Amino acid sequence: MPAPTEMNTPAPLLTMEGIGKSFPGVDALVDVDFDVRRGEVHALVGENGAGKSTLIRVLTGVHRPDRGRILLDGAPLETRSPAAAAARGISTVYQEIDLIPDLSVAENIFLSRLPTRFGLIDWRRMRRRAGEALRRLELTLDVTRPLGSCSIAVQQMIAIARALDVRARILVLDEPTSSLDERETKQLFAVMRRLRGEGLGIIFITHFIDQVYEIADRITILRNGRRVGTHRAEELTRLQLVSTMIGRPVDELSPAAKTASAAPMTDAPPLVEASGLRRRRVVGPVDVRLHRGETVGLAGLLGSGRTETARMLFGLDRPDSGEIRINGAPANLTSPRRAIALGFGFLPEDRRTQGLIADLSLRENIILALQAKRGWLRPLSRHRRNSITRQFIKALGIVAADASRPVRLLSGGNQQKAILARWLATEPALLILDEPTRGIDIGAKGEVRRLIASLRRRGVAILLISSEIDELVHQCQRLVVLRDRRTVGELSGERISEAAVMRIIAAEHGS
Amino acid sequence: MTPPSGTPASDAHWPRIVWPLAALALLLIFNGIFTPGFFAVEVRDGRLYGSLIDILDRAAPLMLVSIGMTLVIATAGVDLSVGAVMAIAAAVAACLVARPDYSPLAGIDLGGSFVLVVLVALGVAALAGACNGALVGMGGIQPIVATLVLMVAGRGIAQLLTDGQIVTFNDPAFARLGNGALLGWPVPVWIALAAAALVAMLVRITALGLFLEAIGGNPVASHLSGVPAARLVILVYAACGALAGLAGLLVAADIQACDVNNAGLFIELDAILAVVIGGTALTGGRCSLLGSIVGALLIQCLTTTILGRGVPVEWTLVIKAAVVISVCLLQSPRFRAMARGNPAGGAA
Repeated sequence: MPAPTEMNTPAPLLTMEGIGKSFPGVDALVDVDFDVRRGEVHALVGENGAGKSTLIRVLTGVHRPDRGRILLDGAPLETRSPAAAAARGISTVYQEIDLIPDLSVAENIFLSRLPTRFGLIDWRRMRRRAGEALRRLELTLDVTRPLGSCSIAVQQMIAIARALDVRARILVLDEPTSSLDERETKQLFAVMRRLRGEGLGIIFITHFIDQVYEIADRITILRNGRRVGTHRAEELTRLQLVSTMIGRPVDELSPAAKTASAAPMTDAPPLVEASGLRRRRVVGPVDVRLHRGETVGLAGLLGSGRTETARMLFGLDRPDSGEIRINGAPANLTSPRRAIALGFGFLPEDRRTQGLIADLSLRENIILALQAKRGWLRPLSRHRRNSITRQFIKALGIVAADASRPVRLLSGGNQQKAILARWLATEPALLILDEPTRGIDIGAKGEVRRLIASLRRRGVAILLISSEIDELVHQCQRLVVLRDRRTVGELSGERISEAAVMRIIAAEHGS
Repeated sequence: MTPPSGTPASDAHWPRIVWPLAALALLLIFNGIFTPGFFAVEVRDGRLYGSLIDILDRAAPLMLVSIGMTLVIATAGVDLSVGAVMAIAAAVAACLVARPDYSPLAGIDLGGSFVLVVLVALGVAALAGACNGALVGMGGIQPIVATLVLMVAGRGIAQLLTDGQIVTFNDPAFARLGNGALLGWPVPVWIALAAAALVAMLVRITALGLFLEAIGGNPVASHLSGVPAARLVILVYAACGALAGLAGLLVAADIQACDVNNAGLFIELDAILAVVIGGTALTGGRCSLLGSIVGALLIQCLTTTILGRGVPVEWTLVIKAAVVISVCLLQSPRFRAMARGNPAGGAA
């Protein structure tokens, strides 16, 4: 372990005080305090919508805060744009590498500030300084190479080299490891430690708990736009971290185990059995098995590989290795069409970009998957279309004045129900539900949960993904727990409880 | 279905076609006032004559191309190669009928069957379209790029077929396709109407329309719902090619010759305009075949009007552009909101 923060530097390098920021309808940040010291890695963690990105955007001048102030070295910092923030020494590397693959490494590093001489680009000076910038990160390579020929990890380093102006004081890394493998992550951490040693303050945003503890000196947890804690890494247990992130303090958890019935005992082979599923750089190995009439949950934090697992089970992504058996026989899930033909349905995480066809009518959105299953030459009669639509509007309690009007006019909860109806109309054997209750109001949440329970009783197998652990605990007969993109545990029947799930996520036992 | 009177107009589907219809009506009224005898239709030898009939007759190829283009644009695609495909189909048909010795097709004997000639020419056009579709649907190439290839290469292929010459032919059956009459109306008008009816039936009676609009509206969601996008995209570009081929035959039949350098030149632009004027967004999704047909009529009517008024030819394109811009702006909810003094409007 490198030497921790120097204790004799009282004034932080960067202070953000009482930051508030509202967008129409949401308070994205409420009275958030945050500070970074010289020579420390400060991890910023939180689930989706916690306010991490907004806080960073306020710091880098993308958003102007409604309230609060920012001090850099004790002096007020007024940033109106990312370029202005960079000029004051705040360098940011975003999750998506925004470099240009066809240009050379050197050109990428100096794209926004090409060194010139007599109005012309000074190529020699640029190459020399690019080499220096990379050597600072302990990286030696030919800077005239096209960027695209470098590995993702090296590209990530190059992005850091570009962000690191000589004047840089603060380095913001927004999920830099999400596309790196283990070895590449180690390489990045070595660079981060070196920069920390130089006195830089590093803000590190990540979803990977293990990585937080490997590199961070302090940890700040955001939840629903508020800061819910800042701790020295060694003073915060993993269980505390996870429960604070999820907003279920450990001592508030009901100790009682769930009362729901355990998985039905049956000799029949599982409807779906996936073993050792792995997709390079994305997820794996993961094992999941589902019986008819059973709800299996995928628990884990954001980025733990839940959605990625679901996508492989629905034929959207091909696993590199591993096997999927359906009713005991090996299955080749090459496309969603194959999966749908086998009786699968998939409610995607983001209904706006992946689920809804906004301009089509509610009716058309409901019948789409069933019609696709039949093919275009066997259209549903007008009568069938209307009766199916009426049936599901009633069964799911969809509030819509007119089923012929565009589905985009409906509320979020009703849109979600419309996509659920789309899959129910196909009478699925397996329904994969990715965050089915996210972003819908409390009433609709309850209705969707009751619907899931009743589907299970009618023999549908359900794979449920949710960030709300209590939802998983109440709905599921079995829970597969994922951490850092692999299966790390499984709970079933009476052993399912929020505390047990969090302990596995936090790696306090098992694994 | 009658729309409820209380709903905001921009949400309902029907009013979009009002604007091109209104523009068409205005143009007709303008002509009625300034061109004597514009609305006169007379019957000679059992056949209708008059400016209106002429506009319909001349608009037939553009209507055919616009119908195909509507389907393609519904999938958020575009087909720039329709003009070149017209030239290919015309060249194939002309060479098969006239069999000039300089053409590589001269050796093919279809036994004098004109029906067979038409089928071969349309088959070639459909195949060309299917190639576009394969590039887009399976190759994942941007439609504008994929069809640009054939737009450029297609006329070259047609020139190879005709050895770069204008192929004239003297075939009564072929000629009738261009200037014959049936029940008093010109044959091209019947052909365009029949094609429109057939496509409308295919689109609305089968689930084709739903799938096309779903693919154009949200390709990711369609894929997740099991819509066979690649297959349908190939089918749609093939249909667009066949319709363009048919338009090519009409154009060649009209002048009883195939001029590959001019047949269907720039028609892709007019067709795209017709579709956009008709209320189908280039971003895909909801499409209106009827709108595109009205759009095609509007463009042809405009061309005829400009020529009829004796306006210098150089002005034709400028005036066309002005009309197109006006209709498109009128259709834009955001522009209408701005015109009403509400700059924040337009967002649903």
